[in-house]
Amino acid sequence: MTRRDLAVIGAGPAGMGAAIEARARGLSVLVLDENAGPGGQVFRAALACGRDPAVAPEIAPGLPLIEAFLACGAEYRPATTLWHLDPEEGVLSLVSGGVATEVAARRVVLATGAQERPVPIPGWTLPGVMGAGAAQIMLKTAGAVPAGRTVLAGQGPLVWLLAVQLARAGAPPLVLETRTVSIASALARAGGGLLAGRRMLAKGLALMAEARRLGVRVVAGVRGLRAEGAGRVERVAWEGGGAPCDTLLLHEGVIPSVHVSRAIGLDHAWDAAQACWRPVTDAFGATSCPRVAVAGDGAGIGGWEAALAAGRLAGLDAARRLGALDEAGFAAAAAGPLAARRAALALRPFLDALYAPPAAILSPHDETIACRCEEVTAGAIRRAARIGATGPNQMKAYLRCGMGPCQGRLCGPTVAALIAEARGIAPEAVPPLRPRAPYKPITVGALAATAAPAQQGVA
Amino acid sequence: MNIRLSDAIVVGGGLVGAAIALGLRDAGLDTVLLDEGDIAHRASRGNFGLVWVQSKGLGAPWYQRWTRGSAGEWSALAADLAARTGLDLALRQPGGVHLCLSEEEFADRAARMAQMQAEAGNHGFEYRMIRRDELAAMLPGLGPAVVGASFTPYDGHASPLALLQALHRAFTEGGGAYVPEAKVRGGSAAPRDFRVETAAGAFAAPRIVLAAGLGNAELAPLFGLRAPVRPQRGQILVTERARPVLPMPTTTIRQTGEGTIMLGDSMEEVGFDTGQSPPVMAQIAQRAALSFPWIADLNIVRAWSALRVMAPDGLPIYDQSERFPGAFTANCHSGVTLAGAHARLLAPMIAAGSLDPVLAPFSARRFDVPAAA
Amino acid sequence: MFRPRPEARPATVSVLVEGRAVAVPEGASAAAAMLLAGLIATRESAVSGAPRGPLCLMGVCFDCLAEIDGVPNRQACMVPVAPGMRILRQRGAREALR
Repeated sequence: MTRRDLAVIGAGPAGMGAAIEARARGLSVLVLDENAGPGGQVFRAALACGRDPAVAPEIAPGLPLIEAFLACGAEYRPATTLWHLDPEEGVLSLVSGGVATEVAARRVVLATGAQERPVPIPGWTLPGVMGAGAAQIMLKTAGAVPAGRTVLAGQGPLVWLLAVQLARAGAPPLVLETRTVSIASALARAGGGLLAGRRMLAKGLALMAEARRLGVRVVAGVRGLRAEGAGRVERVAWEGGGAPCDTLLLHEGVIPSVHVSRAIGLDHAWDAAQACWRPVTDAFGATSCPRVAVAGDGAGIGGWEAALAAGRLAGLDAARRLGALDEAGFAAAAAGPLAARRAALALRPFLDALYAPPAAILSPHDETIACRCEEVTAGAIRRAARIGATGPNQMKAYLRCGMGPCQGRLCGPTVAALIAEARGIAPEAVPPLRPRAPYKPITVGALAATAAPAQQGVA
Repeated sequence: MNIRLSDAIVVGGGLVGAAIALGLRDAGLDTVLLDEGDIAHRASRGNFGLVWVQSKGLGAPWYQRWTRGSAGEWSALAADLAARTGLDLALRQPGGVHLCLSEEEFADRAARMAQMQAEAGNHGFEYRMIRRDELAAMLPGLGPAVVGASFTPYDGHASPLALLQALHRAFTEGGGAYVPEAKVRGGSAAPRDFRVETAAGAFAAPRIVLAAGLGNAELAPLFGLRAPVRPQRGQILVTERARPVLPMPTTTIRQTGEGTIMLGDSMEEVGFDTGQSPPVMAQIAQRAALSFPWIADLNIVRAWSALRVMAPDGLPIYDQSERFPGAFTANCHSGVTLAGAHARLLAPMIAAGSLDPVLAPFSARRFDVPAAA
Repeated sequence: MFRPRPEARPATVSVLVEGRAVAVPEGASAAAAMLLAGLIATRESAVSGAPRGPLCLMGVCFDCLAEIDGVPNRQACMVPVAPGMRILRQRGAREALR
């Protein structure tokens, strides 16, 4: 079995940052990533799209980071999936190109990033309805934009960024903003962050100005959004309005990807400001499992600059724990990333308050599908909660929600919110869904190939 | 303090407890079914879903008869639950096979089946040992490693999850009181007078049935009973949905009503560890791929481990307290197969007040006799 | 349905989507190729046969399942295109034995 000092799951900013720092202290490092190239979501396909004027300004900061990562001496395995992790023994079960292998690591950093919060509006299973992130991926990986009439509905920094990027590419969307919190009310909760976060605030305001300059139309205060059409989205409707639509892009912010951190049983805490679970970590990413750290958006949403800093801290902490860095050296090296993260997170309280997910998103109509894989409606989940399914594991047993190939990644937040609503309890009081391996599908054949030679005669 | 009074308390809302509770309710008893919360060991959620006869009761013909009887009750149970709840339990009883991957396995199996038939005596036990060529015509895509199989016509399978939901729904809609988040913290016993304290309040009844799976080991002594059960871990793999391809289940491979193909299973003595083990998963995958090479191409989309409830001899425990009449235990690792018997045979006995002598061999008193060395 | 911007990303890789040749940029995924080929519904669900298209394109949702080079039920968003790749819609549950 291959052995490494440090295994990093994910080659986004956090994973790259961890690898670079750990390598600089002499650790042997393996970085694996499901994607074909480094960069994570934010710098996806950076090497290919760095000259596309639609995305170049936002991609630019990623290029030197990726360059430094590729030169740092870490073993980098793209297109590689983690399907099981034994946190006690530090054994990672991987599959790549249909071949399963194992790697042992003295320390593991999960840098698995974020996913978009599910937005279960009526009609969201119609073809042509996508996440805003999906449209951005089309732009970065293929230079492509939605054809026809595009509606971008939701809220959050990505809405403005994507609106601008699509507009730069000649395809400005109609923006339906679903924000329910007033700027004044968010300001009241911003604390001192506005001053410390003024650079980011300025960037955000500049994006909004650019959107207007490029002709992006915005409808504010949209409620009751629904997608309509026969076999595909043809129209969007909302309270008091409607518009024809060929592509509907939804976005209600992002949440940590906790699939692996939940599967290995790390302690998690409810993040009320972001209405999501996050693994409990210390300042350097260490978790309730002595061998495992979590860095980046997977430990709480903070954006790529905070993720990079967190990754660097987790890499330094790995070096310290494995004896490659003494306390004084650690303190000196950690000061920079700690300051960078503080600066990157300064505006977060304001953004979290401003873009709090509207209650309706967490309480879909009875006829709306909550679990897309198994096609389970919100109404069925409410009924089962009333019979006595007090948590998502029993709910899954009753209704199969969370049993499809996505394993609850997409329905999990909705199912939990529906149970909380039906039982009249707080969302954090709902027990967690327990994901099991394989974290992503693996073929029977690939798994069988790892077995010891057939034991004929043993039943 | 409020105490909820009823005719019967069933502790444990898994397949065993829910089937008994439904039977008691159908016998007219005001029945309370106490369950744990979302995070329970809940072997019922890990069940493979066979309604299986051919491997049950070697050397214990009473268990063979009980299992056969339950499989026979299943179609009536499934029809009754479907009528009450609208849920399709996906019951199919086309017979089933145990695949043998070597001549040695085939010979062992043949001997075992012959002994089962001999032990069945006048009750009969139909089976056939089938060689590879004939088997290949029955099972599409059979692997070259398979040398043959045993077949009995009694075997089948059903959806354990649909069964659990249907039992809960039929019970509650029939007027039973299902109480989740009610893990039993303590209790007291007197003849025909039982009290339990739970996280959801206190309950009292003249009858109590302990069907709490592994929890019975601690609960039974409170009520003058014994339930020396231990956990045995089993792991299962499930593939993505495929169009119908397998006409009948095997001991370790079955295609569900949804189209997924379930691959089992393991028997691991690892205490209460519910973790998964890639080497064991790999063995399960390997045996499946040897049995049906086309399975190798399918994606595993889910897998899990769960804890079987095992008595020292692997047989069920059904018992009644002599000291405290009205207290019963029910433990087994075949909650699906035996659901028919539990709802339709065992529950009426409990409702009537005592177990039929036919169940005497299942008493935990059998463990009181020191085993011969 | 998406349209390419050849001025930003030239289409250099030719693949077959539902038997029709489509040129897409290097680094695009098989799911992107389906969307660039004009497909909106890229699969029929295995549960009800309902039409679906990709939702996330980042490996989370499994709504972009497709048959790629003869292998059914692949997450098309996670598979980069290669010259001559054959991409078909996933029509319901796969055939296990064929």
